[in-house]
Amino acid sequence: MPDVAIAGFAKAPNVRETPGTTNGVEMLVPIFAEVFEKTGLSKQDIGFWCSGSSDYLAGRAFSFIAAVDAIGAFPPIHESHVEMDAAWALYEAWLKIRMGEVETALVYGFGKSSAGQLRRVLALQLDPYVVTPLWPDSVSIAGIQARLGLEAGLWSEKDLAEVAARGTGKDVGELLDAPYLADPLRRHDIAPVTDGAAVVILSTVERARDIVDHPAVISGIEHRVDSPVLGARDLTRSPSTEAAAKALDLDGADLAELHAPFTHQELILRAALGLGDGVEVNPSGGALAANPMFSAGLARIGEAAARIHRGESRKAVAHATSGPALQQNLVTVLEAR
Amino acid sequence: MDVTETPLAAPLNVGFDYTRSTGPVLGRFVNGLRERRIEGIRGSDGRVHVPPVEYDPVTAEQLGEFVPVGEEGTVVSWSWCPEPLDGQPLSRPFAWALVKLDGADTALLHAVDAGSPENIHSGQRVRVRWAEDTVGHIRDIAYFLPVDAADTAPTEAAPPVAEREEGAPVSVVITPVHLKYMHSASPEESRYLRGLAEGKLIGQRCPACEKVYIPPRGACPTDGVPTTEEVELPDTGIVTTFCIVNVPFLGQRLKPPYVAAYILLDGADIAFLHLVLGCDAQDVKMGMRVRASWKPRDEWWTSLENISHFEPTGEPDAAYESFAHHL
Ligand SMILES: [Zn+2]
Repeated sequence: MPDVAIAGFAKAPNVRETPGTTNGVEMLVPIFAEVFEKTGLSKQDIGFWCSGSSDYLAGRAFSFIAAVDAIGAFPPIHESHVEMDAAWALYEAWLKIRMGEVETALVYGFGKSSAGQLRRVLALQLDPYVVTPLWPDSVSIAGIQARLGLEAGLWSEKDLAEVAARGTGKDVGELLDAPYLADPLRRHDIAPVTDGAAVVILSTVERARDIVDHPAVISGIEHRVDSPVLGARDLTRSPSTEAAAKALDLDGADLAELHAPFTHQELILRAALGLGDGVEVNPSGGALAANPMFSAGLARIGEAAARIHRGESRKAVAHATSGPALQQNLVTVLEAR
Repeated sequence: MDVTETPLAAPLNVGFDYTRSTGPVLGRFVNGLRERRIEGIRGSDGRVHVPPVEYDPVTAEQLGEFVPVGEEGTVVSWSWCPEPLDGQPLSRPFAWALVKLDGADTALLHAVDAGSPENIHSGQRVRVRWAEDTVGHIRDIAYFLPVDAADTAPTEAAPPVAEREEGAPVSVVITPVHLKYMHSASPEESRYLRGLAEGKLIGQRCPACEKVYIPPRGACPTDGVPTTEEVELPDTGIVTTFCIVNVPFLGQRLKPPYVAAYILLDGADIAFLHLVLGCDAQDVKMGMRVRASWKPRDEWWTSLENISHFEPTGEPDAAYESFAHHL
């Protein structure tokens, strides 16, 4: 089976609110052009296209169909879609190349989180019988998770502020002086609402060598799921991330891009992945700097790959999450080879 | 194209009753709630799950041993909700909490009416506040109260219930879903819609393949680039293909039979769907020449509804070869 590498990455500017449509076309057209320019490829070179987005975010059925216009999908293309973060679309594209069906694939994710009320829309990800009918919002669920760790002594409010301070350069003391937004969470503990899009080009390693000087070779990719029953699992841990990490070789990683939309979740993920102090975490700012729904996870993989392309990392771990309280997790290992 | 104009946007409210059948496990649970009883289910490791799960989260074994649990329990963890959102159990500030009911080993996510964050803590004892009318739905538990709190406030109205025989068990749960969005048109669509308000049909040309699209596209499906050059099109064209609607349906505005047709305006490269009236439905043909019938000017707005329908001009039909590549 051919090995797969990441050969290109581009992302839209992360903004609080775009004036554009929920089908993402305005955000996707420029970043497709950018990634083609960077890689020297054109749409005729792409063997498979796969996207991640959500109808509930857009408020319309089959909303991803309109986004296909951004590709220039005539004559017909080989295309698929996941109703999840596009990191899972990348997994599907990785499989297509591994199976020898195609040599190249373009993966994209997009979402206009600002069109609706994000923390309420995300209640539609929950159990439809006994949880969604209560409309618990994503921030409240994360707050319950954060408090479990605070009261068990696994982390302190100061630890959480330190995670936020590292990305923003703000003073920890000042952050802790801020009032609670949703006790025990303060504003700095919560990812901002962000509109955005990202695109990644995958290819066989052989092909990638013609495209970039330092291809980011995918040496492992694993995803696992925890129970959707929030009250039945230990929310202070991420067993699915632990299981994914166990199936991978993370030794020697110098960089980690973690998809943690809440400060305490970065601490859970660091522990689950067993990341030591020598690993630089989220130099991109991570999801706390910008959390474009359905592309933030793909962007973690893209950001890690871009560092390898630039010769700034030899081995990187990229993580994406989906669902409430880190329910589903995908871990990718990228290596400069 | 004038890019300084902000795109048109308008509220988009989506609503539907999410209707699901319950099956044996959740069915028993919600029927219990209707009788103000709470039942959990025993997992393969002996733990009692509340709410009940159909399959063991650890071993995936099918479960079926129901266990009654108490109406009182203990807060395992909580977060404060200072500004409740639409649809949440309380419209005054409250706590979300994981509550482990007496006799259960897993915790249920629900609301606690604690008044202020000072009045709630992990380990606190709480009890169920039942809805006034129980119907067989998780919202039969209106919320939880601290065990010693007064119980005076009225609860919200019960959710809708599926129709069923009097006394028959609940086999379906309904969750009303209401979501609010601000829907934006693309810059290209906005030019088109603003044109319609002035009685103009504005298409745009793809800079790469030079095809003219109406409505214009955020990106040409062939080239993946936005359409840019504005083209004002006449209100005449041809019917490329059509269907005769004979079937009545909810919300129908015309009495069947009538014709819905693809209209290709002169100079356009894409057809759009509209009505062809003003002749017998049986007389509509592929290639038929048609013209727009506009509503009175004072009814115009940013909508294709400004054209009430298309009607035959009486000119000779277009030759099939002239539009075959638009089918
Ligand atoms: Zn074109």
